[in-house]
Amino acid sequence: MGNRCAVIGIGQTRYRSRRTDMSIAGLVREAALRALEDAGLTFKDIDAVVIGKAPDLFEGVMMPESYLADALGAAGKPMMRVHTAGSVGGSTALVGASLIQGGVHERVLVVAFEKQSESNATWALSTHLPFSASLVVGAGGYFAPHIREYMRTSGAPDHIGTLVAVKDRLNALKNPYAHLRIPGIDRAMVESTPMLWEPIRYLETCPSSDGACAMVLSSEGAITGTPAWVHGTAMRSEPIFRAGRDTVSPQAGKDCAADVYRQAGISDPRRDIDVAEVYVPFSWYEPMWLENLGFAAEGEGWKLTESGATALDGDIPWNASGGVLSSNPIGASGLIRFAEAALQVRGTAGEHQVDGARTALGHAYGGGSQFFAMWIVGRDKP
Amino acid sequence: MRDVAIVAFAQTRHTGHDTGLTEPELIGPVIGEVKERTGLKRFGFTCSGSCDYLAGAPFSFVSALDALAAWPPISESHVEMDGAWALYEAWVRLQHGDIDSALVYGFGKSSLGDLRTIMTLQLDPYYLAPLGLDQLSYAALQANAAGADRAELDQIVRRSRADGRRNPYALDLPDPEGEDVAVRPLKATDVPPITDGAAAIVLAAGDLASRLCPRPAYIRGIAHRTEPHYLGMRDLARSDSAADAARAAGVGKGPVEVAELHAQFPHEEIILREALGLRDDTEINPSGGPLAANPVMATGLIRIGEAARRVHDGAARRTVGHATSGPCLQQNLVTVLEA
Repeated sequence: MGNRCAVIGIGQTRYRSRRTDMSIAGLVREAALRALEDAGLTFKDIDAVVIGKAPDLFEGVMMPESYLADALGAAGKPMMRVHTAGSVGGSTALVGASLIQGGVHERVLVVAFEKQSESNATWALSTHLPFSASLVVGAGGYFAPHIREYMRTSGAPDHIGTLVAVKDRLNALKNPYAHLRIPGIDRAMVESTPMLWEPIRYLETCPSSDGACAMVLSSEGAITGTPAWVHGTAMRSEPIFRAGRDTVSPQAGKDCAADVYRQAGISDPRRDIDVAEVYVPFSWYEPMWLENLGFAAEGEGWKLTESGATALDGDIPWNASGGVLSSNPIGASGLIRFAEAALQVRGTAGEHQVDGARTALGHAYGGGSQFFAMWIVGRDKP
Repeated sequence: MRDVAIVAFAQTRHTGHDTGLTEPELIGPVIGEVKERTGLKRFGFTCSGSCDYLAGAPFSFVSALDALAAWPPISESHVEMDGAWALYEAWVRLQHGDIDSALVYGFGKSSLGDLRTIMTLQLDPYYLAPLGLDQLSYAALQANAAGADRAELDQIVRRSRADGRRNPYALDLPDPEGEDVAVRPLKATDVPPITDGAAAIVLAAGDLASRLCPRPAYIRGIAHRTEPHYLGMRDLARSDSAADAARAAGVGKGPVEVAELHAQFPHEEIILREALGLRDDTEINPSGGPLAANPVMATGLIRIGEAARRVHDGAARRTVGHATSGPCLQQNLVTVLEA
């Protein structure tokens, strides 16, 4: 894992359907300045900038790190651009952390964003390469069959997805940055919304958001403010077209979790982790990832959700921030998970703080459930 | 810093037209070649560079994983940049000390679209892109600012194409003739060829490097810098970011026998030679450089691979590889390789 690394500053924009008051540069700069302010630093104190976002087609700007160099104070410094599909926000944090862990830099600014109002993500995601038939519309069209397969094999009752959709939106009411803050959200409201991709209803899917998130990462010697220590980092990828791969509970997710748990000394994730921010863009992915990440045995994840264990007052809160279901600037969604995990162990999550959180998991996935990025952060120095 | 070396390099026989190969089909053979050459089947880390806008579809790198046979799952990442920056990310990862090998690759098929216009989309979308400044127009602005001697520019193109004809992987382009103007002051022959291609490199750390390769090319320095995006905020006649990166990489600490520069236009070679502080006895782009083959997103990685190849085959003891990104050399990466 190399040298010690800590999160010392976190900045988020308010997530909204449209930030027409802001250019793309304004959006990333708002998040970056808030992260710097949180760390008590300025751009002058930053050695390098790592920026991540999902496909460039979402905003119609090719390789936008070139244009965003000025807004992020990167001129004269190294700047890198990460793109690993939906997991990119997580990967961006890991590439930034790697620069500290490798001993290359003392302080790195990581930023991820999406300004979805510049285009229509569903259609940008439905574009297909020549000669390969596109059978699905949007990400929901791709993931719905995997959810149906999970329901079939686990015997989960139909209402589990609804429970997650309600729980995460209740959490969002406590998060001032969250996009979907729906007063009076309940099961009846979720069940009354249209079916988009069987079994995913409108309110069981993530919104399209504009927003950015930023973090200042630091070496042990350059810490200012309250650190959230990085205890483990891992990435895993597997091919999308491999015959026989388990798309419901992918091996890459299991391997990535095993790697990051080993580094952080976690043997029983449900017991050893206090709060988890996990990439759940469709409600059913909570029970599916509970199993994939080892919080529940195979086929048992939905029972954990149903028991209320993952609620804010449960024994293992998942997505106390409201998660991807409540805010989804796609390229930033993974970084927000990683940042929210850090907020929790720093004890600075505000109204959605989990009391006494000392160890947290940040998780992101992307592509056809094939790219995974994870980290474990803790209040204590590793 | 931990000793990390380039122990294998492979590239496609680049083409000036679409041969019908998909990107995974383009990458497959070069990955196979570096695996065979090193005997490694698995790597501690894998990183690639490519650009969705060349394929005209999101996630163009996703299917590349199929070419890797990434099973069991691999530790892997991707930059939406030239593969040279993927190499940088892998070099950083090797500094952690827990893994000893990394696979890096870059690929691009610029034959599929109108590259000159696509590159316009790289500009500030509010103030610059709407002006419709395409790649040749902004390169011409820089050529104008550099004010290079026409005979020197012609000589660079002539030399690059001649070297390219001797390089089996580069395109077979004739000696430059004619006075056709692309965008003044650029002549048609100053413009790099549209090219499809891919390249792969294996990095190894510690003892593994000398076990895998009789003459590893050790990375003695590697650094990159960006500078302001707006062309009006820079002195286009020079490249501060290339000069800073060269200083940080330690180019000037010894004589440079060969430099492979990611100069897509002849005036860029002149600007970069000065920024890197290269002396007249440094051989520039013996491979032919980007003017003889320019598979966008792999071109920079190929420069580093070609610089390593001179060390591998014993032709040189100290070489430099350079890569660039962004309009008018906005971002530059420099690496120093030694036997």
